[in-house]
Amino acid sequence: MHNKSVAELSRELESGQVSSVELTQQFLDRIKQEDGKYNSFITVTGEQALADARAADEQRATGNATPWTGVPFAHKDIFCTNGVRTTCGSKMLENFVPPYDATVTANFRQAGAVCLGKTNMDEFAMGSSTESSYFGATTNPWRLGQGEKRVPGGSSGGSAAAVAARLVPAATATDTGGSIRQPAALCGVTGLKPTYGRVSRYGMIAFASSLDQGGTIARSAEDNALMLNVMAGFDPKDSTSLDREVPDYTATLNEPLKGLKIGLPKEYFSDQLSPAMEQQVRNAVKEYEKLGATVKEVSLPNAKLAIAAYYVIAPAEASANLSRFDGVRYGYRCEDPKDLMDLYTRTRAEGFGTEVKRRILVGTYALSAGYFDAYYLKAQKVRRLIQQDFINAFREVDVLMSPTTPSPAFIQGEKTSDPVTMYLEDVFTIAINLAGIPAMSVPAGFVDGLPVGLQIIGDYFSEARLLNAAHQFQQVTDWHQREPQ
Amino acid sequence: MQWDIVIGLEIHVQLATRTKIFSGSSTAYGAEPNTQANAVDLAMPGTLPVPNEQAFRYAVMFGLAVNAEIERRSVFERKNYFYPDLPKGYQTTQLERPIVGPGYVDIDLANGETRRVRIHHAHLEEDAGKSLHEDFHGMTGVDLNRAGTPLIEVVTEPDMNNAEEAVAFAKKLHGIVTSLGICDGDMSQGSMRFDVNISLKPKGSDTLGTRTETKNLNSFRFMEQAIAHEVERQMDILEDGGRIVQETRLYNGDRDKSRSMRTKEEANDYRYFPCPDLLPVEIDDSFISEARNRLPELPDARKARFKDQYGLNDYDAGLLSGDSKLATFFEEAASHGKDAKLVANWIQGEFSARLNAEEKTVADSPITGAQLGDLVVRIADNTVSSAGAKKVFEALWSGENDNVDAIIDAKGLKQVSDTGALEAMVDEVLAGMPDQVAQYQQESDPKKQKKMLGGFMGPLMKASKGQGNPKLFNEILVRKLGG
Repeated sequence: MHNKSVAELSRELESGQVSSVELTQQFLDRIKQEDGKYNSFITVTGEQALADARAADEQRATGNATPWTGVPFAHKDIFCTNGVRTTCGSKMLENFVPPYDATVTANFRQAGAVCLGKTNMDEFAMGSSTESSYFGATTNPWRLGQGEKRVPGGSSGGSAAAVAARLVPAATATDTGGSIRQPAALCGVTGLKPTYGRVSRYGMIAFASSLDQGGTIARSAEDNALMLNVMAGFDPKDSTSLDREVPDYTATLNEPLKGLKIGLPKEYFSDQLSPAMEQQVRNAVKEYEKLGATVKEVSLPNAKLAIAAYYVIAPAEASANLSRFDGVRYGYRCEDPKDLMDLYTRTRAEGFGTEVKRRILVGTYALSAGYFDAYYLKAQKVRRLIQQDFINAFREVDVLMSPTTPSPAFIQGEKTSDPVTMYLEDVFTIAINLAGIPAMSVPAGFVDGLPVGLQIIGDYFSEARLLNAAHQFQQVTDWHQREPQ
Repeated sequence: MQWDIVIGLEIHVQLATRTKIFSGSSTAYGAEPNTQANAVDLAMPGTLPVPNEQAFRYAVMFGLAVNAEIERRSVFERKNYFYPDLPKGYQTTQLERPIVGPGYVDIDLANGETRRVRIHHAHLEEDAGKSLHEDFHGMTGVDLNRAGTPLIEVVTEPDMNNAEEAVAFAKKLHGIVTSLGICDGDMSQGSMRFDVNISLKPKGSDTLGTRTETKNLNSFRFMEQAIAHEVERQMDILEDGGRIVQETRLYNGDRDKSRSMRTKEEANDYRYFPCPDLLPVEIDDSFISEARNRLPELPDARKARFKDQYGLNDYDAGLLSGDSKLATFFEEAASHGKDAKLVANWIQGEFSARLNAEEKTVADSPITGAQLGDLVVRIADNTVSSAGAKKVFEALWSGENDNVDAIIDAKGLKQVSDTGALEAMVDEVLAGMPDQVAQYQQESDPKKQKKMLGGFMGPLMKASKGQGNPKLFNEILVRKLGG
């Protein structure tokens, strides 16, 4: 049962072959048995899940169900869940129990889905390996037991690993610079970062507000479409969410791809990419040609500036977003502060991990008087150039394709002491966040027994087209069906 | 040495919206601490701001009322600093693109001159919460009821040269925002707070001196005192050959003292940047014209009308039109009271005195404009004497009775103005006081005679049980004694 997709589970619940309680219990048992190896969950909410499953079964019995009624899944621990602790991977929020639901959480609740728990993540979503979590690193299920442990990518590494290890069929995730696509690629699962503003940020703990975007991780494009159907839409509680009609993302999955114009950005097929990785991606593109697509090379001339711009803008916003974690209201507070300044400095020194502190300092510096113009303002101008590159490219082609990551999953601890190397993990994903456009990562082969991701990038609000392209690829390949071990 | 004083003001005006600027919680004053703050106001993780349209409307109305340009695209910025009552660790405010651009206000000075004070800009922002230092031993409590209350901060050019001008401007602004209905104007509740920037320069010099900022003055009186205090302090330093330190100061009105809060060197670096949670707000023509249609009569127009319609002099018209509640009270009274000048006198006399004595505002006055108007009618038509009218006023104020005529009847305050009846009383009293009559008639000095008349007045009032019209008694007396 744990091998089935959301779509399949939904059908089985519908036909009465299985009850939500049975299904939920099976997944809970599996998490209990297996997650010791991966540490993909921070919190498992077994009792609540079973209660929700019972309610879902009753709901099904009335014939008044959605495709999600009774389907188990998990939330990244960045989404606030009413009554369930929400840590964001930080000591700062170790015991934080929000009295409200994120809009995404509320939407899944409304749809009748059964949340099994909260998945592990880099602290405050800062990282590319889920090693900066206060609750310990998550381990990639691939090649486990064959030498060193691999990272699952980050920051949604818990969600990606849990889906890859078949602990849940699907999990929510967030992407600020690649945090859905990179872990999806490294764990061999399918992930979608929607257009900025497509999914509400309300109740999603902020890292960099202008880049943060909630999205989906599951094993197939179809399951991603089912998730997005629940998550997407205007939210009056988020002024940056977009008031635009939400299509049924499953309705167009089977559109033929004949005539699809694919662009390959030459800057994304450079020296940074190993020949083995490049081969896998080019093979995937060939499959698309077989499906009737045409391919041409395009250029994103400012792509090389993306990492630099990102590491000014994201930390700048983070430095303000994380100010509220100061020991005054909730979460961690240092012992016996001697005065207000001591309360602030010790709470933050003791409560935040290294990577978070590093970014707060970088962001504070970039916004300081005298540096603002040279860093923050300049970075925003670069951001505009990067966005313009994509706008120009989409005048010529329908989608762009590239590798999702420069290399497959690396070994735990390998990059933790060298933040800049770690930042380069997101070299192919970051520009997409700066532009605010949607992109997916789809399993597209293996290198050294580790999954490789194909990144499909689309114009604003082209999620349906991306899901369609990914689904068609998954009809003719089985990379997404492969299981670790 | 002779000095020129240069004053600029920053005024925080709390907008009278029902809900906060970025959340749906109530802005009502005086509730139990932290009962009017929701997850957004508490800066709970993941919560996001949603702008309150009414705050924008009020800001635009203000801009139009002070002849300012309205910025079509206004942007919110984050101003970062740590303080326990600032829940997010930043204040959402406007820096580069404030909603209200340059404008001006004309003020009337006591010498009859009019002075134009330019407004540099006014921006929208959220208020912080309140730290309670007294209520918790050795600790500080935080009340976030006020956090997120919408404010406009009005920043003037340094166009005022003494305390009188600064106070006149502050009062004028108070009249404008209360007339607009965008602020309740209650300074005791912090609805308006003033920061005063002061510098001194040698008389006639073009170069501005170093300025200080005195923060958070919450009454016109404190503002006047604080300016006097700061001017004197700076003058003493300069005349002793010292230098003014650019700093922020706090003034203690009860002790007439001020102290330094922080100097420029220790000032925060606020690290402003555009708030990524809020998109730029586009204000279009229809929003502005709709706001313009909502503009009520403003103090300047009202003053002109009071002179024209009620025949008031410049001083009375200015005073009664300056505060919108007072102006409304006056018009209500005048529409009942007919004699507008007499109404104006009563408002500025008995009424204001009672309000001041009981530290009340017009809004919580126990008597209505209509009641005062009715009373003035009875004074004007001689039904009550002015002494009797004060008794009626007292009864109205204490809530003893709410009807003027009923009070006059119940207390027997009706004047007897029937000349025949009054003459009979005079004859009777004079017959009983032959010595005094003789004395009066022997007196040659008219001044002393006039004084002696008072001696007959007491018995006359007694005879008439206090209801005789004193003016008529006087006339009859003079005639009878002289005849």
